[in-house]
Amino acid sequence: MNPVRAIGASSFDLLQSAGRLAVFAARGVMAAAMPPFFGRQLVRQLYAIGYFSLPVVGLTAVFTGAALALNIYTGGARFNAEQIMPQIVALGITRELGPVLAALMLAGRVSAAIAAEIGAMRATEQIDALQTLSTDPYRYLIGPRLTAGVLTLPLLTLTGDIIGIAGGWLVAVATLKFNGTIYIANTWNFLQPWDVISGLIKSAMFGFIVALMGCYHGFNSSGGARGVGRSTTNAVVSAAVLVFATDYIMTSLLR
Amino acid sequence: MSPVSTAAPKLEMRGVTKTFEGRRVLDGVDIAIQPGRSLVIIGASGQGKSVTLKIAVGLMRPDAGQVFMDGDDMTELTTAERSRLHGKLGMLFQGSALFDSLTVWQNVAFRLINADKIPRKEARARAIDALQRVGLPRDVADRYPAEISGGMQKRVGLARAVAAHPEILFFDEPTTGLDPITSDVINDLIIEEVRRLGCTAVSITDVMASARKIGDEIAMLLGGKIVWRGPAKSIDEADNAYVQQFINGRAHGPITCV
Repeated sequence: MNPVRAIGASSFDLLQSAGRLAVFAARGVMAAAMPPFFGRQLVRQLYAIGYFSLPVVGLTAVFTGAALALNIYTGGARFNAEQIMPQIVALGITRELGPVLAALMLAGRVSAAIAAEIGAMRATEQIDALQTLSTDPYRYLIGPRLTAGVLTLPLLTLTGDIIGIAGGWLVAVATLKFNGTIYIANTWNFLQPWDVISGLIKSAMFGFIVALMGCYHGFNSSGGARGVGRSTTNAVVSAAVLVFATDYIMTSLLR
Repeated sequence: MSPVSTAAPKLEMRGVTKTFEGRRVLDGVDIAIQPGRSLVIIGASGQGKSVTLKIAVGLMRPDAGQVFMDGDDMTELTTAERSRLHGKLGMLFQGSALFDSLTVWQNVAFRLINADKIPRKEARARAIDALQRVGLPRDVADRYPAEISGGMQKRVGLARAVAAHPEILFFDEPTTGLDPITSDVINDLIIEEVRRLGCTAVSITDVMASARKIGDEIAMLLGGKIVWRGPAKSIDEADNAYVQQFINGRAHGPITCV
């Protein structure tokens, strides 16, 4: 094949997938935003995506907060600035690490689970069955998952922010001889509402991306068990990459 | 047996074609089913039976041709209108396609609860009635599909398909993969439910015992076209080499299978 043609063909492929994803996302958002709603499905997804992700997000946050505190203390000590460690930890967690790490954990836990479940439903004709039972699969399957992703990831992130800062505090008090009360006061006086809120806005978007990637790849999976495996991998990888890309764009907009 | 009706067809396919990756699976399927009749489409694997059924049900769009249900062209409808037509039909899937996250009764009552908005208590009662009609005891209702046998899953699938009183029923390989006794039970149940509801039935199968039993008429699909159609009773006398090869299960003849 001549090179110009190859570039053209792959550009068309890329545009085509982007278009397909955009149409899917639009249908999913419509289904999530307009009745009829499936309340039971939403509650089920709030549990599956939100509640059951708490342990994994909490553990990630506490260790990240602790490690961050150690690193900043070491770095700060080079120019006698180790006392501003609490402020830097708080800023790093709320603005960046809290939202991004929670989203990454959910990309692994939730995108994969959604893609595998919906992909298996596709393979066993359960999605066709929904249609023959007069139920729109977008409303029944996609809408509740998108809503649950958007609602729960900010809540998880907020929880992660608190646990992450607590992780930093724990290391500071236990091994670096910080005064616990002063540490908290420093953090509290330094942080501005926007530090936390901008992180939560980002995480709502990440929640949408994580749920959307799971739904999209699962819904369009084909080819039986192998297809389900492939769509699960694609869901996790694309969710993670999109989270990083969106993170940069949104951070530059929300500064 | 219902008399041959001259009414407008319940379902009609005209010149339906479908191509997958350059391979023409359906090459102009023309077939009509009168209300209250049971048509069985037979054919070897790879001849387009499943695609024909999927297009008839409206789960797949044909490349060309039309599908009429009660005179409405399904290929021209919006999603909402198609969803209304789906209210008239029920389908039993080959692998039963039960929702594995829901219990048996929730599967059977699925349309009643989610599309018809019937209160859960009443829907549950109707589901249990439907389960009893297909010979399943009450205590199955609260189990999950993975906890019951394949034959029982088929019965649940049938109960789910008929629970909302459809006007037309589709059966996708209803007895493939079941033992002969269970197959016969399922065939009997299908006949019973189709008669009780007075509905039209369209089935695809490669099992001749099923085709003879549940069909008023049989049509044979070969190479993406209907090559023969006639009453189920007289299929043995069919003057068609393809049909003879198929019903007698011979490896050698005009049809070569892969």
